[in-house]
Amino acid sequence: MVAESTSRDVLVRGLRILGQAIREEPRIFTVSVVGSGMFGLLTIGGAYAVGAIVGGVVVPALEDGRADTGLLFLVAAVLVALSVLKVGAIFARRLGAAFMQYRLQASYRRQVTRRYLELPVAWHQRNATGTLLSNANSDVEATWFPIAPLPFAVGTLIMLAGAFVSLFATDWVLALVGAAIFPALFALNVVYSRRMAPRQIRAQALRGEVSAIAHESFDGALVVKTMGREAEETARFAGRATELRDSLIAVGRLRGIFDPMLETLPSLGTLAVLLVGAWRLRQGAVTVTELVSVAFLFTVLAFPVRAIGWVLAELPRSVAGWERVRRVLTAEGEMPYGGGVRDGRGTPATLRFESVSFGYEDSTVLHDVSFTVPAGRTVALVGPTGSGKSTIASLAVRLVDPGSGAVLLDGTPLTGLTAGSLAGTVALVPQVPFVFDDSVRANVTLDRPGVADEDVWAALRMAQADGFVASLAEGLDTHVGERGATLSGGQRQRLTLSRALAGRPGLLVLDDATSAVDPRVEAAILGSLRSADPPATILVVAYRRATIALADEVVYVEHGRVVATGTHTSLLASVKGYADLVTAYEKAEAERERERAYEDAS
Amino acid sequence: MSTWATMRRGLALSPELRTGLAGTLTLAVVSMVGRAAVPVAIQQGIDRGLRAPGGPDLGVVGAVVGITAAVLVVTTVCGYLMMRRLFTVSETALANVRVRTFRHVHDLSMLHQQSERRGSLVSRVTSDVDQITQFLQWGGVILLVSTGQVVVTTIVMAVYSWQLTLVVFLAFLPAIAVIRGFQKRLAGAYGVVRQRMGAMLAAISESVVGAAVIRAYGVSGRTAAKLDDTIDAQRRAQSRAMTLSVTSFSTGELASGLALGAVVVVGVLLGADGTLTVGQLTAFLFLVALFVQPVQIATEVLNEAQNAIAGWRRVLDVLDLEPDVADPAKEGVDLPAGPLGVRFAGVSFAYPGGPTVLSDVDTEIAPKSRVAVVGETGSGKTTFAKLLTRLMDPSTGAVLLSDTPLDRVRFESLRSRVVMVPQDGFLFDATVAENVRFGRPGLGSDGLALAFAELGLADWVEGLPMGLATPVGERGEALSVGERQLVALARAYVADPDLLVLDEATSAVDPATEVRLQRTLDAVTRGRTTIAIAHRLSTAQAADEVIVVDKGRIVQRGPHSELVLEGGSVYARLYASWLEQTR
Repeated sequence: MVAESTSRDVLVRGLRILGQAIREEPRIFTVSVVGSGMFGLLTIGGAYAVGAIVGGVVVPALEDGRADTGLLFLVAAVLVALSVLKVGAIFARRLGAAFMQYRLQASYRRQVTRRYLELPVAWHQRNATGTLLSNANSDVEATWFPIAPLPFAVGTLIMLAGAFVSLFATDWVLALVGAAIFPALFALNVVYSRRMAPRQIRAQALRGEVSAIAHESFDGALVVKTMGREAEETARFAGRATELRDSLIAVGRLRGIFDPMLETLPSLGTLAVLLVGAWRLRQGAVTVTELVSVAFLFTVLAFPVRAIGWVLAELPRSVAGWERVRRVLTAEGEMPYGGGVRDGRGTPATLRFESVSFGYEDSTVLHDVSFTVPAGRTVALVGPTGSGKSTIASLAVRLVDPGSGAVLLDGTPLTGLTAGSLAGTVALVPQVPFVFDDSVRANVTLDRPGVADEDVWAALRMAQADGFVASLAEGLDTHVGERGATLSGGQRQRLTLSRALAGRPGLLVLDDATSAVDPRVEAAILGSLRSADPPATILVVAYRRATIALADEVVYVEHGRVVATGTHTSLLASVKGYADLVTAYEKAEAERERERAYEDAS
Repeated sequence: MSTWATMRRGLALSPELRTGLAGTLTLAVVSMVGRAAVPVAIQQGIDRGLRAPGGPDLGVVGAVVGITAAVLVVTTVCGYLMMRRLFTVSETALANVRVRTFRHVHDLSMLHQQSERRGSLVSRVTSDVDQITQFLQWGGVILLVSTGQVVVTTIVMAVYSWQLTLVVFLAFLPAIAVIRGFQKRLAGAYGVVRQRMGAMLAAISESVVGAAVIRAYGVSGRTAAKLDDTIDAQRRAQSRAMTLSVTSFSTGELASGLALGAVVVVGVLLGADGTLTVGQLTAFLFLVALFVQPVQIATEVLNEAQNAIAGWRRVLDVLDLEPDVADPAKEGVDLPAGPLGVRFAGVSFAYPGGPTVLSDVDTEIAPKSRVAVVGETGSGKTTFAKLLTRLMDPSTGAVLLSDTPLDRVRFESLRSRVVMVPQDGFLFDATVAENVRFGRPGLGSDGLALAFAELGLADWVEGLPMGLATPVGERGEALSVGERQLVALARAYVADPDLLVLDEATSAVDPATEVRLQRTLDAVTRGRTTIAIAHRLSTAQAADEVIVVDKGRIVQRGPHSELVLEGGSVYARLYASWLEQTR
């Protein structure tokens, strides 16, 4: 997904990102650039001060063999004062840069995560969890990485300008030495960052892959263990880890070439100053003081010039990170909510599917599905594995929108309701329960207003979850761990069912939501749902006869189409697929008994 | 573990790091000499060349410059060689640590694996290791070079003038004391940063993984507020740590100003006595700058070091966890050939610090039999399966397979003969074919197609958009839950085990498919031992024998037709509610 682009392109786009950063945080940027500029000027000033001290104080004093104590202390005071000013400049520069970077990171993390919350479930399904995590974390971080050295680099540019002015004022020949060395240093930096860019991007991509393999492999640890595939998994991981190692070594070799050169170049410049300076000194064009100042200047400038290199070196990573962040920020397909509000909170709603079709790029899941669940009634959705039942459940609560056709609640299309009204009316209990790393109470209430502890307990009772919650060490305050790790599958299902019930929904959608609960408990749950007052409208995906028996009507689906609608009895008589499905257990038993009878007889 | 102990153990973890260490260190020392070369050149140039009697002597200056340039070229080359070696050695060593830790995580028992957050286990083999290499390559070198720089600078200074050297040290002493003081607070501050970072990542992760729930319950406002809080808390922690760091850094800057001032005052006084030349004093001013740099840099490097040590500690923590359900490996034995029988001898099990889940289980399952284990939620039937497949070891008693104690069986033998299909049939982000092939690497596409046909699932495969080549998505989420179970079952089936343990393996499959699967499974696994943990009693009805577990004990055992007649029994009760459910 990394956009392949030329390095010139990267440079332009990278600079644009920096421009955007400056526009977003102009004040704090100004503070840190002023600090950086001040630091630069003080550094140059320091160099000249050292030169002046050597020429004006040290040389005369040593030549005369007599020191003027007063002057000496003045000199010392100036040096200390310069240091104090420099400290102020360092604070402004470094803290300014850091705070700017952190603020941008935080701001874009907020924007990205906000976008996650706005984008539809279908979008989430298309994007791997790991990718979304790194978009919000490391990609945002990478985007704003060059901000840290940016003020320093900008300040260095100011400093370089100042240095050249003072160089030319001192001696044009020495200035020419500078004019040769500093552009060379700059060019070396640019070459360095351009050659580094592709290697770093590759290393970053491999890091992501190594992490993804580890994540998946640890996620599936139980399967790996039960199949005894530890060695193969380790080999898979090692393969990618080795690639990462090689790519990091490639990065290191490049650093090995350029870092020492970048360090040596200014030193060579200082030597050139010494040589050329000696010649100019003999000509009487410069003084010893000036020569020392220029040499010192070269020494102190060598380090800041590298800050420009840091910014350039980070740009490719920044651009790659920004591309991924922008992909999230500009992702389309969010489901806009309407302005309609459904009246009558807690009263049962009517759900209607009108010629609903739904599919992904490569396949159609639902074809022309129509059915109605009248208010207060229960409809069972029955069909073989993979027939599209869960998709219908997702459509009913608007986790996804239909490709064509409409899903209506009390005659209003779901798309016309506000988010609040929709969430307050419909509730889905999914097949695979999702439990937050929080307390039992928070998992049930989800901080929805008006859900008090007694409502929580009532919901838990209805879902047959009050017993196990009461036996937990801290009751409602018990933390259930990451994804509810401390609970069993059946307990997690009952907890998510309580969550749905606590909102007193007008429409309850149960997607095989009691598959991990044993029959007796399930019977009790269904019993309490049936006797609720007022009765909720219920759409239930079911296989079990008892669940189906609870329904007023059955919608039977096969291969994404509604094959038949009617009462259980009528479908049993008229639809073979349905009859095969719901009587499978009886038939199996009957057949077994026939076989046994046959075996006994023979 | 103390810092030093961690470092020592961390280094011991990677003996590769010692490869050619002497050479690398020598190169580092040589490359460092380059830094002292320029001030020395300036001193020599000024004293012998520029201030030569009779005006500047270009010859001398030229010689000094030439020699120094040659030294610089040599040190640059040494620098390159040093970094090259360092990177190769450290990346190789740490890549090995990565892989070893990865393997170790898989070797840990299921209980250990589950007691850690996934994310934190992943970071052991990713960012924690990165932190160590970063330190070794960047911080480690800088620390070495800086120390060397201080030493070399000190020596050069002392050669020029011991009195001035003393002055410089006196000027720096208070700064070093202050910086040391800051070190502790900085370590604390960066600890907070890491912690806040973890909290932020956890919050983001939950908002991504739970996207559907957040959407369905309209709680994005609450989630957004929570996210903003953690993001902001992280930013504040970073800012605080940075403020401390800059304050500490500035102390060095102040000290350098102080040192410069003191050097000028004392130097001129000494020079006036004739003990110091102009060149020497000038060189001193440069040397002070060389002295202050490493002191300042060391502050930052020490932070990096703290992070690296924390990373090392976390990696060691994982490696130090002894796999409590360990592979006997070479000391172990192979399972005898042929169908496997099972015996539980006085088995009890309790989770560490938890209540007893199974107690005093004594039972035997004959080879080739098909047994169903049933019981209410929480009765201990899943624990039974986990002990049977040695995902856990019993607290007391022993599990034996064909009279071989399970903990003596080599994993290679055990895992190829005994396969369990867990309820959550985790799928890898690959195609259906690749997922099934996980059970038997190298199985050809004909073999795969045959396996699905034997299981009666050929129709289902045909209905998939791309047949066996259909990608199943992350964790198999492109398939429905029931379909995932079908793939997981096929995966176990092709592994061709002698003992197949099904733990609610078809709980999300429709009844018709389930019944069909059961019949085909019965047919194809005939002659092997099958143990099915189930709450759908259809499974029990089809089994040769049923084991009923209640409150951690086996309370009934026998064929369905007999058990159901035992009035008032647990099984009779279970069956009654099953009938109520399905008829």
